[in-house]
Amino acid sequence: METVEKELLSLGLTDVKQADSRLTVTVPKDKLYGVARYLRRERPAEKFDFLIDVVGMDFGDTLGAAYHISPSQNPSLVVTLVTRTDNREQPELFSVCDLWDSASVYEREVYDFFGVRFINHPDMRRIFLRADWNGFPLRKDYNADPALNPVPLENELIPDMERMPSVSIRMGERIEEVHQAFDKDEYVVNFGPQHPAMHGVLHLRVALDGEIIKKIDPVFGYIHRGIEKMCESYTYPQILHLADRLDYLSGTMNRHAVCLCCEKALALEAPERAHYIRAIFDELTRIASHLLGWGCMCMDMGSITAFVYGMRDREKIMDIFEETAGGRLMANYSVIGGVARDIHPNFQKRVKEFIPYMRKMLKEHHLLFSNNPIARGRMKGIGYLSKEKAISLGATGPSGRASGWHNDVRKIEPYAAYAKVNFDEVVRTEGLTYDRYIIRLDEIEQSLRILEQLVDNIPEGAYAAKTKAVIRLPEGEFFQRVENARGQFGVHIVSKGDKTPYRVKFRSPSLALVGALKAISTEAKVADLIMIGASLDYVIPCIDR
Amino acid sequence: MEVRNIRIPNMKYEDFNDNEYLEEYVTELRKNGVNIFVGKLSDFINWGRSNSVWPLTFATSCCGIEFMCVGAARADFARFGWEITRNSPRQADVIFVCGTIVHKMAPVLKRLYEQMAEPRYVMAIGSCAICGGPFKNSYHVVKGVDEIIPVDVFIPGCPPRPDAVLYGMMQMARKIKVQNFFKLPQQPQIANSSTPNSDADGNS
Repeated sequence: METVEKELLSLGLTDVKQADSRLTVTVPKDKLYGVARYLRRERPAEKFDFLIDVVGMDFGDTLGAAYHISPSQNPSLVVTLVTRTDNREQPELFSVCDLWDSASVYEREVYDFFGVRFINHPDMRRIFLRADWNGFPLRKDYNADPALNPVPLENELIPDMERMPSVSIRMGERIEEVHQAFDKDEYVVNFGPQHPAMHGVLHLRVALDGEIIKKIDPVFGYIHRGIEKMCESYTYPQILHLADRLDYLSGTMNRHAVCLCCEKALALEAPERAHYIRAIFDELTRIASHLLGWGCMCMDMGSITAFVYGMRDREKIMDIFEETAGGRLMANYSVIGGVARDIHPNFQKRVKEFIPYMRKMLKEHHLLFSNNPIARGRMKGIGYLSKEKAISLGATGPSGRASGWHNDVRKIEPYAAYAKVNFDEVVRTEGLTYDRYIIRLDEIEQSLRILEQLVDNIPEGAYAAKTKAVIRLPEGEFFQRVENARGQFGVHIVSKGDKTPYRVKFRSPSLALVGALKAISTEAKVADLIMIGASLDYVIPCIDR
Repeated sequence: MEVRNIRIPNMKYEDFNDNEYLEEYVTELRKNGVNIFVGKLSDFINWGRSNSVWPLTFATSCCGIEFMCVGAARADFARFGWEITRNSPRQADVIFVCGTIVHKMAPVLKRLYEQMAEPRYVMAIGSCAICGGPFKNSYHVVKGVDEIIPVDVFIPGCPPRPDAVLYGMMQMARKIKVQNFFKLPQQPQIANSSTPNSDADGNS
């Protein structure tokens, strides 16, 4: 971290702070691209090739963005570049979408929520809201009058020749251009938003040449609930419930991330018992999520039996949750400072019964499906994602690890009880659909190993630390990542010392995965699009937030 | 007054909630008397219809996962003849609105509903579909699907358990059983009813 700090100071930056185990650098607007290019490409040591997230900000009088970046060689090092613009009427920043592939969607999101236009970005359309939406909702001066934006009852017509406005500066000259999403002679097919194989309400517009995919234009926002804006008016314990409902298949992990972030800000240490219980819940959720992902992927290939088998095993986990937490899908279990209540007396017994059962069933799943020649034929040799591309796209989690990228947060920055257990980060090298399929089943095996080590060793003591009745976070910015079932889930909280946060941003792993879908599927067959999408296993409500 | 011909196997009439709504509905429906042949034939058709309701695969968020659980091994709605989900609205009898409906999705849902053939039914699953649920204060969420399409059965929960969904399906089946098949899609308007699930009902 020190060397990076020295390098940044030598670039002429003065405001370099070390806080929250990150390096926060304030960069003037005009210098941002140069600094980003230096860190991404020109640096002698490890390059910052992973853009974790772009957080749009309304500072009150200025608008801006914070870029969390990290090198894949040294993943625990995180640098945050903060930049701002004074112009609230026509705010503009410089785009970094040619340095990181993932920046493209992140910057569109900032434009959608804050109205900040990115110069040199080829596609400055709204990403979540409809094109006819009035105002930029995450600005502090947004007018939330429902009369301005009534519920539309007419379909939004998205023409194939949709216009993509962009601003660029070339040779010191400002050029405003309008591109088209698709060419006139391209044949465009719509998938979704109501399509059984899209795993939610994703809408893909696909340009086809015969059965070869030429271009994909994803349309998001069919489940955009404005969670980040709602968080700004809710207290911290209330936010936890919204975090559960982002990526509902890894709700426990998302909630865990918000709890950890608040605990870090409050300098509150949860009791050891709570850490163990949270880790067990996380791993059970991961198994449940992978089982569902596996079942749905098999169902997309036509094997309904596999789906029923996956759901059957998942019900066992739901029973364990229900007994202790009271909820099935939404366990609502972690709270700031620990867990909501102590574990049920049967909890350990049930988990211990589940581990050998799941091992036996995993063998059966491999026997029934992984080794089926038809299934292998549909998965092998398609959907190649290279390691460099995965990093640049920010495709974390099992999908990135299938391409050989070590990105497991449980190993990078061990949280909860993960430092105390032995488990392998499953990494494969080929990066094909088959690898992304098999890696999930292998991760179930590793999760069972973690459960085995934790369940007998839950320490005695309190299950939650005492917190004040009203939780106020100290002033500052806090960022916390956890590994959820789809990749790195991040929470960025900006607090001004009130009982409600000033700004909350969730890093969605699924949003990057749809970027990966776009990159992988170009030049693939249209029948393989479904398989590639299923193997990435994205969850749409997490993307749209 | 117990409504006849709406027996659900293994569940007693008085074990159901909101029976008053159904009784009022039936009184209104049979106000002017029913021809015995037409009535018996309608009952017979309804017996078949209520035991083979095919839902549309439609889910936007979390409740969709519980809906999948209802279709999978343990809860298994195929036991009641809600055999398989259909991917096309034109083949479906009922739409389960599982999850939050936002502004951008509202016209899509309306269009899906309009694409379904009569007689068609709507079940709102989960608090988001009923009233906006935890996202009530959001700028982009529709506060209840009954603003867009008429709803027959509301199933509360966040998300509702599979058993709750099954119970809602039984209520739906009961409602199908009392209808006069030959007069569909006209249904009686029931005003001033105390039961919650009549608020948005009967105007399809």
